[in-house]
Amino acid sequence: METVTLTIKNQPELYLEADNITPDAFAGKKAEEIAALHVYIGREQHQLGDFFEVSGGAGATPEETKVVVNGDLSRVKYIGMKMTGGEVVVNSNADMYVGAWMQGGKITVNGNVDAFAGTGMKGGEIVVNGNAGNYLGAAYRGDWRGMADGKITVAGNAGSDLGTFMNGGEIVIGGDVDVHVATHAEGGKIVIKGNAKSRLGGQMVGGEIYVLGNIDVMMPGFAYREDVDIEMDGIKGRFALYEGDLGERHRKRKGQLIYAKLYQQIGA
Amino acid sequence: MAEYLIKNGFVFDPVLGIKGDAADIAIKDGKIVETSAVKNPKVIDAAGKTVMAGGVDVHAHVAGPKVNIGRNFRPEDKLFGYKPKNGIERMQGGFSVPTTIRTGYDYARMGYTTVMEAAMPPLYARHTHEEMRDTPILDQGAYPVFGNNWFVLEYLKNHEIENTAAYIAWLLRATKGYAVKVVNPGGTEAWAWGLNCENIHDPVPYFDITPAQIVKGLIEANEYLGLPHSMHIHANNLGTPGNYQTTLDTFKLSEGIKPNSKFGRDQVMHHTHVQFHSYGGEGFNFESKAPEIMDYVNTHDNITIDLGCVTLDETTTMTADGPFEHHLTELNHLKWANADVELETAAGVVPFVYSANNKANAVQWCIGLELALLAKDFTRVFLTTDHPNAGPFIRYPRIMKWLMSEEARKQQFDAFKHKDKVIDATNLAGIDRELDLYEIAQMTRAGPAKSLGLAHMYGGLAPGLEADVAVFDFNPNEPYAPDDIEKAFSNAEHLFKAGVQVVRDHNIASNGNKRTLWVNAKVNENPQVMRDVKEKFLRYYTVTLNNYEVTGHYLPNPYVIEVDATQ
Amino acid sequence: MTKTVTDVICPFCGTLCDDLEVVVSDDGKELFEVYNACAIGAEKFLHSQAKDRITRPRMRQEDGSWKEISYDEAIEYTARMLADAKKPLMYGWSSTNCEAQAVGSEIGEAVGAVMDNTATVCHGTSLIAVQDIGIPSCTLGEVKNRADRILFWGCNPAHAHPRHMSRYSIFPRGFFTGKGHAGRKMIVVDPRPTDTASLADIHLQIEQGHDYELLDALRVAFKGEQLPDFVGGIPKAKIYEVAETLKSGRFAIIFFGMGVTQSIGKNHNIDAAIAVTRDLNEYTKAAIMPMRGHYNVTGSGQVWGWLFGFPYAVDLSRGFARYNPGETTSNDLLRRDEVDAVFVLGSDPGAHFPFSSVKKIYNLPSVAIDPHETPTTEVCKVHVPVAFVGVEVGGCAYRMDNVPIETRKVVEAPEGMMTDEEFLSRVLARVKEIKGV
Repeated sequence: METVTLTIKNQPELYLEADNITPDAFAGKKAEEIAALHVYIGREQHQLGDFFEVSGGAGATPEETKVVVNGDLSRVKYIGMKMTGGEVVVNSNADMYVGAWMQGGKITVNGNVDAFAGTGMKGGEIVVNGNAGNYLGAAYRGDWRGMADGKITVAGNAGSDLGTFMNGGEIVIGGDVDVHVATHAEGGKIVIKGNAKSRLGGQMVGGEIYVLGNIDVMMPGFAYREDVDIEMDGIKGRFALYEGDLGERHRKRKGQLIYAKLYQQIGA
Repeated sequence: MAEYLIKNGFVFDPVLGIKGDAADIAIKDGKIVETSAVKNPKVIDAAGKTVMAGGVDVHAHVAGPKVNIGRNFRPEDKLFGYKPKNGIERMQGGFSVPTTIRTGYDYARMGYTTVMEAAMPPLYARHTHEEMRDTPILDQGAYPVFGNNWFVLEYLKNHEIENTAAYIAWLLRATKGYAVKVVNPGGTEAWAWGLNCENIHDPVPYFDITPAQIVKGLIEANEYLGLPHSMHIHANNLGTPGNYQTTLDTFKLSEGIKPNSKFGRDQVMHHTHVQFHSYGGEGFNFESKAPEIMDYVNTHDNITIDLGCVTLDETTTMTADGPFEHHLTELNHLKWANADVELETAAGVVPFVYSANNKANAVQWCIGLELALLAKDFTRVFLTTDHPNAGPFIRYPRIMKWLMSEEARKQQFDAFKHKDKVIDATNLAGIDRELDLYEIAQMTRAGPAKSLGLAHMYGGLAPGLEADVAVFDFNPNEPYAPDDIEKAFSNAEHLFKAGVQVVRDHNIASNGNKRTLWVNAKVNENPQVMRDVKEKFLRYYTVTLNNYEVTGHYLPNPYVIEVDATQ
Repeated sequence: MTKTVTDVICPFCGTLCDDLEVVVSDDGKELFEVYNACAIGAEKFLHSQAKDRITRPRMRQEDGSWKEISYDEAIEYTARMLADAKKPLMYGWSSTNCEAQAVGSEIGEAVGAVMDNTATVCHGTSLIAVQDIGIPSCTLGEVKNRADRILFWGCNPAHAHPRHMSRYSIFPRGFFTGKGHAGRKMIVVDPRPTDTASLADIHLQIEQGHDYELLDALRVAFKGEQLPDFVGGIPKAKIYEVAETLKSGRFAIIFFGMGVTQSIGKNHNIDAAIAVTRDLNEYTKAAIMPMRGHYNVTGSGQVWGWLFGFPYAVDLSRGFARYNPGETTSNDLLRRDEVDAVFVLGSDPGAHFPFSSVKKIYNLPSVAIDPHETPTTEVCKVHVPVAFVGVEVGGCAYRMDNVPIETRKVVEAPEGMMTDEEFLSRVLARVKEIKGV
């Protein structure tokens, strides 16, 4: 695997749209070719090299390319957008749309990500070693096809609207989450190791939510069914199982309605 | 205005009867003229290329409230589909429901110059006109919907044709409308209570009238007025397995009625998107009844139809058939917008994904093409997708490819997940017919122009017609792959609209001088109808009568077609 | 002598009443009386007659005072500001006509602006919900002629849309509603005992911030499933009763306002309310409608819909339209320092935006186009007074049910004043010159 290292040298006025910072756009290119790729500030088009020192070189394919981005990237959008393979390591906070519509490969952010990370994600892995903003792993506006596959892991907290319209894949939050989790979801799995506020599983058709901490307000559409023992990915304990959203439509299997499931830990 | 001479193209023109012979077409003062009439023309070398009149679309949903619902409630329809504007172009967006600007440009890129908006809710006429005003290049008109209008229901309950005609004339003027459109007659009024009319004898709740009475009455009123276009119908029971019987029943309502129009059309009924109305069987076992439908159409000269071909795309369905859209959202569980309009009509909008992996969708695809391939008279059968319902209009060239190439159809059959079941439920695999460009020109130019009563303006290359001329980079006399057809007809090399070059070397070169067509029908004074109008506005409408009529500035460049029905 | 202009459209709220009568002087230069309007609407007309009205553009001086400038100078400043910016915000558009909105949109295209309207602090969340789940709706005449179950959720028409109940929703006798008020059941959901609530057959005095849960509970109740004892402070028996009341109607309509669009949950509250409406269509006929505020906020969403495909928060900076509330919405752009110039027309963000956003406007190059002196004009560098749309100039406006109505000119603007459309057309022409197109 070849490595391209980008180090930010000029902070943009306003924000930098850098959807070209992906192994896909870099693959097969030398440092100077990468530096000539386009970035945008508002309506102005610039080159990546105007803002970043570029060193190293890319592999022949995305899969053989690793991109390391250094410096303060809190005003840089779209890092890793639509990437299909390879690796991106961000050694800073990053702005919106990290790994949006990502299909494969891995993104590691050693900092926080702003909103819309993993929007419409189809595959691959995002690891955030800080906190995540709102709409993590959610669908784009109006789309009923949210996160389809892949995995997002956040060490810290996540914002609101986590996993909206989620259809598959997995999101694991190490800390707490804000309101609205898995709204309209039809599949997938969300694990919240900390506390949740309210509106978990609203309008949820299918899929699973696990909460290890507290839930401030349970949706009225979720009904307690039974206590179950769970052992999964290092999580072990006794959980109360709720099913819902009872007000929503649900698929049927063998004449039985299949509800979404919400597990809340009640004991070790 | 500049003069042009388009030289040596292979011309396909049903009006002149030219079937691919090399010929020159001359343009002067916005009209086609004899080649001897141009003095110092700009010459367009069309040798080795195809030349046709500008395309005419008789039925598409391109402007108005439900179209804009479709745009505004589908951000995902625009995701990644954009491209930055080029040259004189304005910004464009959207796939299945393109913005008005993109609508104008994309039709022009296909060599189309006239497009009719198929359903205008009268109360929303201003909105429809604002969108048409902002659709560049194209000449357009809009059909106000009448089939569920309270005035019409009340007059036709007692078969009051003269009053119905006077009301139609008034409403065409008030809305600056072009033709009489009927959508799910009676069924959409029933939908205001969550109900429907499922066949032509199913009575409309409260109004004590049947769809059959509405349709027959509106045909008669249309002919009483002698409007340019005939009554234009989307019949009851759209999309339901077994519905072909309702379609035939609807067709038969035109029997014995002859056209009374000075505008040269031969039909008294245009039935739209017949693909959606040609289903046999029931439930999941639905099957093609295209042969039965086309047997009727082929033997009855007073009907024209358009196809409504399924293109196997993700699209946005939208129709004044409110109950149908509710049915659809129950099936696919996608977002549903509904917009019922006081005293007049309704509309529904639901996204829909037509998939080659879905047997029903594949059967629908077959039916649309069968209708065309079983046709005997292509001046009465028009190419449409009921845009965007069965697919976006930008796929017309793909449909041409399927109609012109058995190989292209075979390729599509091979891509179906349930190929064998689809073949069993349809007839298409057994049809080897391949249409030629002359027949395509009948279906997309001369035929629809005549059906609209606009053969004196559009649809051909005879001297005196509007200079709407398209040049395609396509040599019909050289070997070509099926995809070459789609490529060439998606991307006109040159296009002239009323003598203005709007596409040059495949690029948009001008925003044109778009016109809005509307029909001003004069009738004898009818105090009763005017009394009824005043009464209904006072008591039941939520706008005043004086705030209803669309005034001039909504149509900056109107083209009025005068009709005198006072005799 | 005076004359009376009839069928006048009120340019105040989204109810867009079109039956006003206005008495003006014979020469059309003075406006005396307004009939049929609510107090706020009448005031809107009379306000145009203020003697101390500002009639010429003004530029803020370094010492904070205003200096009168010509329209030409104002056009030059505005065009330069927009053309020089990398990403200008063009905000407002709700109190002007569609004609001006269309010209403004063309400017936005030319300069790569972000176009946003007042929905951004009002019903934008409703628009998001519609994008997620759709919206079964109807015109107000359908309500008048058919509706027998009227539910007001988080809105107070008695104050915010004063003639709504008498013209459309509660009191009128329509074709199938000959009994008027007596034939209708009125339900109000509001944490406060409002004047609207006082008229209701059922008032659900919900605990603040639990709308989403209560809407979800209604859906559970429709299906006959079990509910917790209380949801949002409402006992479950009451929830089942309301569910039954709605289901048993012939035609139910839900009107909702900023009490749910801007409280916790925002778009999700509306999403759930639309889901309730969808569900009701399994049993009867039902529709839902936002109580839009500004008289033509709906129109700007329509114009941008057909030009760009999005109803608000449209980012044109890259030469094509993008949209994502949370990123492309005015307050997010201002908060995050994403824009470098601000143009305001037909709205008052100075009064309606958070103070932190207003401060950002103050620190940027900025122009406000407004007939009035407003909190916004106070923080902008240039103020361009214009004729009142719907009073001194006509043009198209869209009612809360998307019905377009052409507003009327009833009185002349003070001499020499430009209209929004005229000013914008001049700016557009100048922008094109600067950009060399």
